[in-house]
Amino acid sequence: MNRSSVRIAFALAAFVATAWLATAATPPDAQPVILIQNATVLTVTQGTIEHGSVLIKDGKISEVGPNVKAPSGAQVIDGTGMFVTPGIIDCHSHIAVDGSVNEGSISVSSIANIAEVLDSDDVSIYRDLAGGVTTANVLHGSANSIGGQTVVIKLRWGQPAAKLPFEGALPGIKFALGENPKRSNFSVPGREKRYPASRMGVEETIRAAFTEAHDYKNAWDAYNKKVAAGEKNLIPPRRDLRLDPLVEVLEGKRYVHSHCYREDEILMLLRVAKEFGFKVRTFQHILEGYKVADELAAAGVGASTFSDWWAYKVEAYDAIPYNAALMTRRGVVVSINSDDAEEATHLNQEAAKTIKYGGLSRDEALKLVTINPAIQLGIDKRVGSIEVGKDADLVIYNHDPLSAYAVVQKTLIDGRVYFDRQQDIAGRPALEKEKKTLLEKEKKAAKKPDEKKDEKKPGDKKPEEKKKPEDMPKMPQAEGFGGAK
Amino acid sequence: MNRLKFSALCSGLLVAAAISFATPAVAQSPAPATYAITHAKLVTLAGSPIEDGTLVIKDGKIAAIGATVEVPAGAQVIDAKGLQVSPGLFDAVTQMGLSEIGAVSSTVDSAETGSFNPDVVAATAVFPSSEHIPVTRAAGITEVLSVPGSGGFDSFGNRGTVAGQASAFHMAGWTMEDMQIKRSAAMVVNWPTIVTESFDFATFSRKHKPFAEAKSEYEKQVTQLTDLLDSARHYAQAMGHGGPSDYERDVKLEALVPVVRGQLPVLVFADHARDIRNAVEYCEKQKLRMILAGGSEAYKVKDLLRSKDVPVILRPVLTEPRDEDDAYDRMLTQPAELIAAGVKIAFASFDNSFARRLGQNAANAVAYGLSPEDGLKAVTLYPAQMFGLSDQVGTLQVGKVANVIVTNGDPLDVTTEVKYVFIRGQLTSLDNRHKRLYEKYLNRPKS
Repeated sequence: MNRSSVRIAFALAAFVATAWLATAATPPDAQPVILIQNATVLTVTQGTIEHGSVLIKDGKISEVGPNVKAPSGAQVIDGTGMFVTPGIIDCHSHIAVDGSVNEGSISVSSIANIAEVLDSDDVSIYRDLAGGVTTANVLHGSANSIGGQTVVIKLRWGQPAAKLPFEGALPGIKFALGENPKRSNFSVPGREKRYPASRMGVEETIRAAFTEAHDYKNAWDAYNKKVAAGEKNLIPPRRDLRLDPLVEVLEGKRYVHSHCYREDEILMLLRVAKEFGFKVRTFQHILEGYKVADELAAAGVGASTFSDWWAYKVEAYDAIPYNAALMTRRGVVVSINSDDAEEATHLNQEAAKTIKYGGLSRDEALKLVTINPAIQLGIDKRVGSIEVGKDADLVIYNHDPLSAYAVVQKTLIDGRVYFDRQQDIAGRPALEKEKKTLLEKEKKAAKKPDEKKDEKKPGDKKPEEKKKPEDMPKMPQAEGFGGAK
Repeated sequence: MNRLKFSALCSGLLVAAAISFATPAVAQSPAPATYAITHAKLVTLAGSPIEDGTLVIKDGKIAAIGATVEVPAGAQVIDAKGLQVSPGLFDAVTQMGLSEIGAVSSTVDSAETGSFNPDVVAATAVFPSSEHIPVTRAAGITEVLSVPGSGGFDSFGNRGTVAGQASAFHMAGWTMEDMQIKRSAAMVVNWPTIVTESFDFATFSRKHKPFAEAKSEYEKQVTQLTDLLDSARHYAQAMGHGGPSDYERDVKLEALVPVVRGQLPVLVFADHARDIRNAVEYCEKQKLRMILAGGSEAYKVKDLLRSKDVPVILRPVLTEPRDEDDAYDRMLTQPAELIAAGVKIAFASFDNSFARRLGQNAANAVAYGLSPEDGLKAVTLYPAQMFGLSDQVGTLQVGKVANVIVTNGDPLDVTTEVKYVFIRGQLTSLDNRHKRLYEKYLNRPKS
């Protein structure tokens, strides 16, 4: 994208944001009382209520049931013919990241932190919101055995980056096993091959890092003990920003979300975790999880997988769409994730496929994108189901959400409408007009005779070259070299 | 041999080993020649649905269909009470059989090097034992078009302006000879674009090119294409004046003869409005029969497409809009907009492993305004019409090839199960790699 079109895009993004704020029913700080009435309410944890209502107060769900009266002054949303679900939670996302998602130069990049590069202007936030997503686990890429630090966000479009993180959600760190960290699907010309180049080396990279972290932690523990005992004139151990997050993992203050595919590497990480006394919180992708479902259940680790992706690389050749159902049947807490901004917009459909692939019930299917990812991210007391006291993160669909025919009408976060399809459509003529004005302004400004006008160029980006799912191979921009976006 | 190559070789061997365990596409025992599917909802796409009817399949063809059809003696009867019968789905742009594992180049045969390869034919490289075929078939897709030089991970490297001939085939059979519907169904043209920014694999970095330079490169490519077509016309003339001994054979030009004679459509890949416009005008001037593939911005030139009668095979609607300031549902509403403007459309996966999302894509377009009937026709009848195959497939009508699916509901929706698939009148196995792995691990003893 050339500079002038970047400017236009920024201007438009800003315009969208202000347009939204201008048309929103209430100022950002005041939380309205809203009653969604006469809808099919899929609570996920407490069954389905036909002709049900949900009352929202102070950003929380305050009443749910067949007969809820509207308090005076409440804004009433007629839900006749509509379906209400908890907000969709995407346990593997790369939206709202400024630039590349990979610090790909080193095999242990725990020093890098996604939370520091959140981009609240990323239009993917809005598009995913329009697909009913309210919470996303924003991860570093999978280029390294131990990747960067990760953050859980709410999709509060229009708010500054500082307002995106999910308050109180534990931070995470990305690990990656298999083909991506060993770089079997691409190489960088002129650059030497990096350790690890095999699954053996991936294990040793992680073991080496935690051996260091263990010693580092011991040094600090010993120091702190001496300080507590009143010793004076001590020199503290040298601070290591790379090891700090790993110590947090050892102390249970940071979740490990590990990218993986094959059964053997899954068991490998469980062994290494046991050796060092930490827990793996979730395995991501885990397309062969169905082969070791009992082991996963016994370890109490969550599995976050794709619906029906397969065969894009060798480690995805045994991927089957029955994976989520098979793991669920063996007692694993399973979620279905996107890894891709577009895929996230129809996670409800992806979850629904498990009804056909493996015979999950409707509630079990819906759990895969609501309460289960909430449990995996340790935020299930706040979100993931429609229960009194939980955050009012809700989606209103015009059709059964477990089908391809459901269109999101409204998405609410903290009891506020962040996406409204009718408002979006109504705002389009104004956006078109604004765009025209900006383009004309640009044209006038750039009338230099010898410089051909670089208006938005068709060939500039072919659809195939657009940002692809992070985990697709042979996609250099996603692997941290081209600078994504 | 370096390590990378060796590991690629190993994965190739693994793939070959895995494939050899695949079961044959069609049951081995002599199959009955006559079937009767009774008490079904028949969605014929050639008139109103029949709520409780019978479909008779005989010798590979649809022999009878209707509410009051009698079951012939000796027919194998399938009681389809509560089920729906529809034409099998047609995925009109795929890499089926041309690519097994996207990241392993030894399993990928979807594109040639060089810019002009009109003589290469997809059918030559379609691997009948590909695991993708039974997996895709189980989703109700009974015929596909495999397209050289399109989509997939390899599209970075090899595309080519004239990429070769696309082949239409049935999704079951022992050999390509069994499966083939039309070996040469279209000539694939990747319309040249003005590319000012590209990713350079040699240096692994982005390269920017001045617009003027990019434009002149584009023009050069178009001129080369024109020269090639002119040569093909002369060649066609020569062919018309004497036997093969009277002129030097040129297989590339020979492959283009049906194109310049207007007998073979050109499947032109273009997405941006300006490229589509250029391609349409070019094909009109050159008197080529154009089918547009891709068409992300077809809505911007819908009137032109209608007036020139150019049909469009749309890339998946489950794709991000092209531009940041596009409406979030831009891709989803486009199909309805094109149909309303009188443009004929089809949906396609442009892929192999995602081919089973064909119905899902059509359903999403229906959710955003397309009629359910057009949604289903856009993955059955309409693509068949585009490639001149609607006398064989695309609807349930007497005399057509019996590519028929039986589902427990709307064949486009994501929860619908495909119960039976008939291909060329044969009840075809729904077993596949995924089901076998599912059953194996479903039965893993509790550890």
